[in-house]
Amino acid sequence: MPRILKQWNDARMRNIMGSLLRVGVFVSAFLVVLGGILFFIHHHGEVFDYTIFKGEPARFREVHLIIIEAFKFRGRDLIQLGILVLIATPVARVVFSLLGFLIEKDWIYVAITSIVLIILSLSLFSTYLSI
Amino acid sequence: MIVFLSILFVGALFAGFIGSLTGLGGGVIIVPLLTIGYGIDIRYAIGTSLIAVIATSSGSASAYVKEGILNIRAGMFLEIATTLGAIAGAALALFAPTHAIAVIFGFVLLYSAFLSFQNHKEDPNTESLPSKKSGRIIELLKANGTYMDGGKLKNYTLQHLGGGFIVMSLAGILSGLLGIGSGALKVIAMDSIMKIPLKVSTTTSNFMIGVTAAASAGIYLNRGYIDPVLSMPVMVGVLIGSLVGARILIHSQTKKIRVVFALVITFLAIEMIYNGIIKNI
Repeated sequence: MPRILKQWNDARMRNIMGSLLRVGVFVSAFLVVLGGILFFIHHHGEVFDYTIFKGEPARFREVHLIIIEAFKFRGRDLIQLGILVLIATPVARVVFSLLGFLIEKDWIYVAITSIVLIILSLSLFSTYLSI
Repeated sequence: MIVFLSILFVGALFAGFIGSLTGLGGGVIIVPLLTIGYGIDIRYAIGTSLIAVIATSSGSASAYVKEGILNIRAGMFLEIATTLGAIAGAALALFAPTHAIAVIFGFVLLYSAFLSFQNHKEDPNTESLPSKKSGRIIELLKANGTYMDGGKLKNYTLQHLGGGFIVMSLAGILSGLLGIGSGALKVIAMDSIMKIPLKVSTTTSNFMIGVTAAASAGIYLNRGYIDPVLSMPVMVGVLIGSLVGARILIHSQTKKIRVVFALVITFLAIEMIYNGIIKNI
C-alpha cells in the first residue's frame, strides 16, 4: 500500500481539499481575466443590453460546447470555461471527499457523498437529461 | 461598454468587501445592485450572483479548511438537504414570475437586516457536552465533533438532526431561487437548532455554500441565465473585495459596520419589494 494511503486521515484530507479549492478558484479567475482582456480588445466599442432577458446561446450553456468552443480562444468562450471550472470546483471537492471516504472505508459517508454527487450531476448535466 | 463593466466591477468590489466584513456574503447585495442599481433583468442578476457566491465561498474555504474547525461529516450530510433544496429553488425560479421573485428577495433581505442587528453569543453548550446524549442516527453518522479553541480541545454533540435538515432544505431553496449563499440561515440551522458551536457553524456553513450554489448554478448555466460578460467583472470584483474585507475584519470594529450595513439592506429590501409589487422587475 502506498505511504499516502497508509497515513490517510481527516487532517490530510482537509489539506488536499484546501489546495483543491484554491487551485480551482485560481485557474477559474485566470481564465476569466484572460477571456476578459481578449473580449475588451475585440468588443470594446459594442453595447450589450441586459435589461431584457434573452437567454444565452448554446455555446455558453451546454457543458461540452463550452469546452469545445474554448479552444477557439475567443474572449467570451474563455470566460465561460472559467465559470465552468468555478462551478466544477465544489463538485471536485465532493468527488475528492468520496475518494477519501473510500480510502477510510467509511461506507455510510461513501453513500452520503455519492448522493450529493448524483444531485450535483443532475443539475450540471440537466440539458442532456431534458429536465 | 468599458464604462458599464467598470461600474459593475466597482459595485462588485464593494459588495464583496461589505459581504465579507459582515459575514453575510456578497450575493445579498449583488442582486439588488444589478437589478435596482443597473436595471439588469433579475434572471441575469441571479445567475451572475451565484457565480460570485461560489467564488467567495471556495476562495475563503480554501484558507480555513486546513485549520480543522469545520465539521466535514455533518456538512456533507446536510449538503444532501441544501443541494436538493437548491435544485428545487432553481426549478421554481424558472417558472415563477420575476416580480414575485423580487418580492421574496426583498423579504429575505429584510430578515437579513434584522439578523445582523442581533448579536450571536457563543453557546454554553460547548462546555457541558459529553453528558448529553445524542440520537442514534447522529451516533451512526459519527457527526459529533471536536475542535480547538484557545489551545483547548472541545467536544460537542449534535441535536435535532431532523429540524436542522429541514431548515437546511429551506436554505437550499432560497439559495437556488434567489442566487444567494443563504449563509445566515445555514448558521441558524447549525448553531441554534443543532447546537453546533458558532465557530464550527460559521466555517461549516461557508464550506457548504459553494456546493449548494453549484447545485443551482448548473441549472442556471444550462438555461442560459449565466452571461460571460456580466459574470467577468462581478466575479473578479467580488473575489478581490472579499479578500480585502477578510484582512480588515481582524482589525476593525464590526459593530458599527453592521448597523450601517443593516440600514443599507433595509433600504434595498424596500426597493425590491416596491419594484416587485408595481411589477417594475
